[in-house]
Amino acid sequence: MIRALILIALVALPACGSSANECSPQVSCYVKPKVTVFAAASLQPAFDKIAERLHFSATFNYAGTQTLTSQLTQGAQADVFASADTAHMTTLQHAGLIQDAPQVFAHNRLEIAVANGNPKAIHSLADLARGGLVVVLADPSVPAGQYTQQALAKAGVTVKPASLELQVTAVLNKVAVGEADAGIVYVSNVVTSGKVDGVAIPDSQNVIAAYPIATLKDAQNKGAATDFIGFVLSPDGQSILKAAGFESA
Amino acid sequence: MSLRAAIKTSRSGFALDVELAAGAGETVAVLGPNGAGKTTLLRALAGLIPLEGHVELDGQVLDDSATARHVPTEHRRVGLVFQDHVLFPHMTVLDNVAFGLRAQHKRDASKVATEWLARAGLAERAGAMPRELSGGQAQRVALLRTLATEPRLLLLDEPLSSLDVSVRAEVRRELSRQLSGFQGVRILVTHDPLEAMALADRLVVVEAGRIVQGGSPAEVTAKPRSRFVADLAGVNLLRGRGRGDHIELEGGAIVAAPEAGEGYVFAVIHPRAVALYLARPEGTPRNVWRGRAEDLDLQGERVRVRLSGAVPLVAEVTPSAVRDLHLAAGAEVWVAVKATEISVYRA
Amino acid sequence: MIGLAAAGLLLFVLPLAGLIARAPWGQVGPELVASETASALGLSVLCSLTATAVALVLGIPLALVLSRTTGTARGVMRALTTLPMVLPPVVGGVALWLAFGRRGLIGAPLYQLLGIQIPFTTAAVVIAETFVAMPFLVIAVEGGLRAMDHRYEEAARALGASGWRVFARVTLPLLRPAIFSGAVLCWARALGEFGATITFAGNLPGRTQTVPLAVYVALETRPDGAIVLSLILLAVSLAILIGMRDRWLGSL
Repeated sequence: MIRALILIALVALPACGSSANECSPQVSCYVKPKVTVFAAASLQPAFDKIAERLHFSATFNYAGTQTLTSQLTQGAQADVFASADTAHMTTLQHAGLIQDAPQVFAHNRLEIAVANGNPKAIHSLADLARGGLVVVLADPSVPAGQYTQQALAKAGVTVKPASLELQVTAVLNKVAVGEADAGIVYVSNVVTSGKVDGVAIPDSQNVIAAYPIATLKDAQNKGAATDFIGFVLSPDGQSILKAAGFESA
Repeated sequence: MSLRAAIKTSRSGFALDVELAAGAGETVAVLGPNGAGKTTLLRALAGLIPLEGHVELDGQVLDDSATARHVPTEHRRVGLVFQDHVLFPHMTVLDNVAFGLRAQHKRDASKVATEWLARAGLAERAGAMPRELSGGQAQRVALLRTLATEPRLLLLDEPLSSLDVSVRAEVRRELSRQLSGFQGVRILVTHDPLEAMALADRLVVVEAGRIVQGGSPAEVTAKPRSRFVADLAGVNLLRGRGRGDHIELEGGAIVAAPEAGEGYVFAVIHPRAVALYLARPEGTPRNVWRGRAEDLDLQGERVRVRLSGAVPLVAEVTPSAVRDLHLAAGAEVWVAVKATEISVYRA
Repeated sequence: MIGLAAAGLLLFVLPLAGLIARAPWGQVGPELVASETASALGLSVLCSLTATAVALVLGIPLALVLSRTTGTARGVMRALTTLPMVLPPVVGGVALWLAFGRRGLIGAPLYQLLGIQIPFTTAAVVIAETFVAMPFLVIAVEGGLRAMDHRYEEAARALGASGWRVFARVTLPLLRPAIFSGAVLCWARALGEFGATITFAGNLPGRTQTVPLAVYVALETRPDGAIVLSLILLAVSLAILIGMRDRWLGSL
């Protein structure tokens, strides 16, 4: 048993030593620059397209903004954070994890997602209060849920949701598979889904979500991080975001 | 009441092919070495395994493969007593005995079960759990549990073999007493000849899934037809070809016997009829062979000597003879058997 | 060997110690009386116990059939019953949709003919938990059946007991230890169920939000509350485990 453990250690140790790619003026290294991006789940369709246009490789961790915030405060390693709201970005700023002032790179607004062809004839937020409808909303603990509450308050509508989903994509999904009659999601979700129709919410009731992006303080590839943010803010990046249903910064 | 059965069944390379008949009040012992198919036979009679053939009890067909008739075990009214009691471990002794009565929706099941226990002198154990009983008590309770359901056919599978020798005699007496009061057919499976002789009216010897011999205990042991029966009767059994006044064994050895006849025959020689000498004996015995003592075994007042040679035999001699002959394992001796001591019958 | 055992034990104890060490004990009281906690806890206990009951009613016969099946049929049935154990619970939730959802195989006729929608209901939580947890019961009971001495059942049949009586009076009591351990495993798995529940039943306080879901929600907004909720779930699990043990195994 002990002999086996020593053997494993002997085999494993050199591998550990060599795995640290420490680049220094003395040691040249030809590792392609890489960037690790923690991005709000709603950004996935746009960011996946952006990744194809980069001259370096990017690794994405897509999840609810609040999940990403928890992971980062628990010490997760990343170079860039792209949030679906300013509140969570501010949380990280207060925690001292953000390098420079975040920049807003996109806006998103809410829309009502309904089944293709809108069979239940839903035309406004007020319609969501109708009896017999299965309405799914995002949980207030996630940004989309916060915005939803604000929008419903503006419209003066009280909705009895069947479920409070923990990701806005889960709301979209439940409408897409026909389990829910309607849900409140981002316009970008509707644009990229293709499986649902969107019912616009008038500006007076809508909430415009701002998406800020920033380099993290302990980013390992700060150069690549800056390049990534630069591309997102560039005309090319902005047009990709626009095609995915976002509004420009 | 009577049982008639013709059973064929085969499982994992083992085939059983047996015909059996038994009358009311008769105890038939199915005797055979381990693995001969005795338990399979019991299980087939109980309806627990599929079979080819026919089983009939009191004129009622229980199994008939030709007409695809099969009466399930629970409707056969057969009593099954296992080698180790198989009492339900989560029930009291009383509930065990009352189980079958309740299953048959008999009234006063508890009362009747209590009476059965009382008659067997086990009344004070009624509230005990099976694990609190001695081996002998447990087997007696198991027998009562079965008898209380008044089966038409009683199947006993080595009922004494798991018991200590010290209590075996007691339980055997009890079993014998209970069996004598039982009106149905009894089939007792055992590999213990003593058990078979003590309890059975008739023996059926099964080997390798087939009946090799049947009859009363005296008949069976007088004319063994297999090594198993010869061993349990304690006699030497030879098989060969009759040639008028002698038998030719398979190895070529010749055994003189007055009425050998023609064709294949069995020859039985009692070990006491086998005489041993240091020098070649002169005179009457016509059968004299060289032999070698392989081992000696003291049994009571006699010593059994296993001999190898052209005619392998067991001889039974007195301890003084062993001294006189300087007998020990490996000793060379002359072996003599009088022709008149050999009984011959057709194979 | 002892070192490895200690390491194994440490793997269980350390996270638990972390929970206890970081617990904001001052918040336990307020959290306990909070109506959301009470409803999530009540829902968790109700749903996990119901799921265990359903698993007992359906799982024991399934284990019986499984233990008496041989050959290919057995392999297939076994794979099917153990599938939920290896399936990621979220995938299980999606599969439940496709079966019981409004457009699902069974769900569609249910909805169209009777107007019954299963997702987003407490029943959906029970279904999701049963789906994920029942295999633990089936495996345990099947193991018990295979290890059982079947001569007890044969003895009972020979004594004239019908199939049902043999099952109720002999098989079931003899299986009690296996059923108990299977039920405990099943219940524990049901109590901690998250993935299939959130996918299939959604998340609504008072109706489908069980403690694991409430913990997840709380983790994002108020981590201290999440830790307190976790500790409460832990305490309730222990209390029920100990209580059931006395009742079920008291006489063994």
